[in-house]
Amino acid sequence: MTGLLQAPRANSAAGAPGPPAPPPRPPLTERLRTPALYVLSLSAAFGIAAILVAVVGKSPKDAAVAMFDGSLGSGAALGQSVDQAAPLLLVAVGSVIAARAGIFNIGQEGQVVIGAALGAGVGLFMPGPGWFVLPMILLCAALGGALWAGVAALLHYWRGVDVVISTLLLIFVANQVVSFAVNRDYLLRETAVPGQTTTSQSDMLRESVWLPRFGEFPGFNIGAGIFLAVVLAVAVYFALTRTRWGFRIRLLGLNARTAHRAGVGAVVVGGGALLASGAFAGAAGGVMLTGSGYRMQDGFAGNVGFDGLLVALVAKDNPLHAVPVAFFFGALRAGGGFLAATGIPRYIVAVVTALLVLAVVFPTAVAEIRRRVPARTKEA
Amino acid sequence: MIDESSVVLASAVRLTVPLAFAACGEYIAERAGTINISVEAMMLGGAFSAVLGATVTGSAATGLLFGMAAGLLVGFVHAQFSHRLGVNTYVVGLVLSALVLGLTSFLLDSVDLDKNQQVGAVDIPFLSDLPLLGPVLFSHRWPVYLLVALVPFVWWLVQRSRFGLELRAAGENPRSADVTGIDVRKRRRQALLICGLLSGLGGAYLAVGEVGMFNQNMTAGRGFVVIAAVIFGGWTLRGTLTGCLVFGAADAMRLALPALGLQLNAQLLIAAPYVLALLAMMFFAKSHRAPGALGRPFVRGTV
Repeated sequence: MTGLLQAPRANSAAGAPGPPAPPPRPPLTERLRTPALYVLSLSAAFGIAAILVAVVGKSPKDAAVAMFDGSLGSGAALGQSVDQAAPLLLVAVGSVIAARAGIFNIGQEGQVVIGAALGAGVGLFMPGPGWFVLPMILLCAALGGALWAGVAALLHYWRGVDVVISTLLLIFVANQVVSFAVNRDYLLRETAVPGQTTTSQSDMLRESVWLPRFGEFPGFNIGAGIFLAVVLAVAVYFALTRTRWGFRIRLLGLNARTAHRAGVGAVVVGGGALLASGAFAGAAGGVMLTGSGYRMQDGFAGNVGFDGLLVALVAKDNPLHAVPVAFFFGALRAGGGFLAATGIPRYIVAVVTALLVLAVVFPTAVAEIRRRVPARTKEA
Repeated sequence: MIDESSVVLASAVRLTVPLAFAACGEYIAERAGTINISVEAMMLGGAFSAVLGATVTGSAATGLLFGMAAGLLVGFVHAQFSHRLGVNTYVVGLVLSALVLGLTSFLLDSVDLDKNQQVGAVDIPFLSDLPLLGPVLFSHRWPVYLLVALVPFVWWLVQRSRFGLELRAAGENPRSADVTGIDVRKRRRQALLICGLLSGLGGAYLAVGEVGMFNQNMTAGRGFVVIAAVIFGGWTLRGTLTGCLVFGAADAMRLALPALGLQLNAQLLIAAPYVLALLAMMFFAKSHRAPGALGRPFVRGTV
């Protein structure tokens, strides 16, 4: 505490011209405080989850073992975790683009389903060889996501509607749009087979437009989606840090007024970032469609939009950091499926996920507060 | 015909009440300058907690208190993270919504809840016998009448009390408020606590008043509709309550139309309140009546 308080005073007292002396290295206890806080709050998150499981009379150890078996314990489980990570990463990378531009898009859940629905339409009705139709599905899925984010962009830049609220409300509308489509014969509802009743889902995509899977080892194989997602994450990282477009986005996000004076249009750059984030969410829907489910149905998104958003939060808006975080969250999702066998409701995974996010933002926030203390004392 | 329409209107009032409780809270939060997107979490937590409380104590009225406590707890966590630790308020709201949804779903699968705990209905003598108006306005479960007392109080609190003045100052111009000696972040934390209390009550009424049990994700986005109602109402209490009534009526229509033999598209009807909310914001969001610092965090010493 005292170390932090003294640093700025020492500098101003010197008052010497030339480059200011580098601030003295804080003592070891100061430097260890943040990592220690991380360890503490992460353990607290897992501790709370364990207590919850114990409170309802189940064994936390069984839960941990099941989570491990379902996510990393076998080749098949590992493949599951990787497959779960792919759409999460895509959603997260999109969220990063918007967040860097200072826009908080939280409607990915809706953008995912609209993208997937448009992709399903293309996949079911467009003739042609798989090598042509599959990219078209993914492209149209991205387009669908961008379109849905575009509604929010339009409302924001035309009428000043808060993006957070509009993207949120659009999720509910998107779910009904898709529900409408899979309940209409002339849209996406599955073709009636004589003697069978149709349900609220689309036909299955033909096998030639499925995403290829790699690795024929017994049990372990992963879909191509993860490669697409990782390549795009790296590409977005470089686009954001090394290109003029990325610079404009960051400028807008850091200081909208400066950006305006520098000729960075909030509508074009900001709106573009919002559309791009929607496109990534839509692409995630496309990957889910062609990578694992192969058909559209009610409840398609399964919280991928929200979880992907949390990945971006934990990765602190860095697309490269989002890669390992997405794997971790993918493993949590995959492990959750195994909980059913132990009789522990799988919703504990949602609790753990949310607690982890709080655990990650907590130390940053505390560090931020501590950083602010000297400034405040100086003011007074 | 008059019976049918009074049934629909009464159900519109019933569906408005949970929204209105929460909207009074959200109105206070937004006047203090903070868009609180954890209303959904507060309502859902309140709903679950109310049924849990009613199961444990055997009294639905105590359940309401439990619900308020749960909302207060969510509000407290939100306030501490966003207006003490300085975490982005949307992030906190989002995470809390996910947390409460996960938590209530988890506990619902693990705890046995009483399936039939409802607070009692009170017919106001004489008035409830009026044709049409009687069943619509004067024959409800008792928390509905609590709302009638709450609304003037909220108006007085925000518009006429010193606390409300400081609250509004924190929402309109936090820097000036700060210079005047008002603790902006503290006022915002307090606004969030009140919001939690009232939203928890709204969720609790939904569970132990209207439905009589707890279902997974039973608020189903009502918290977000509440936020839209405040915007729809142009940040006035009167407008906010009108907004709630509009959304409540849309909800009632969705439930009533099939029963009345009108064939309307189910998906369209479910989406209608949300589309309505979006349209409302489209027309009202640019209004200058919005609190000046709405949604912007306050950090002393920055612009």
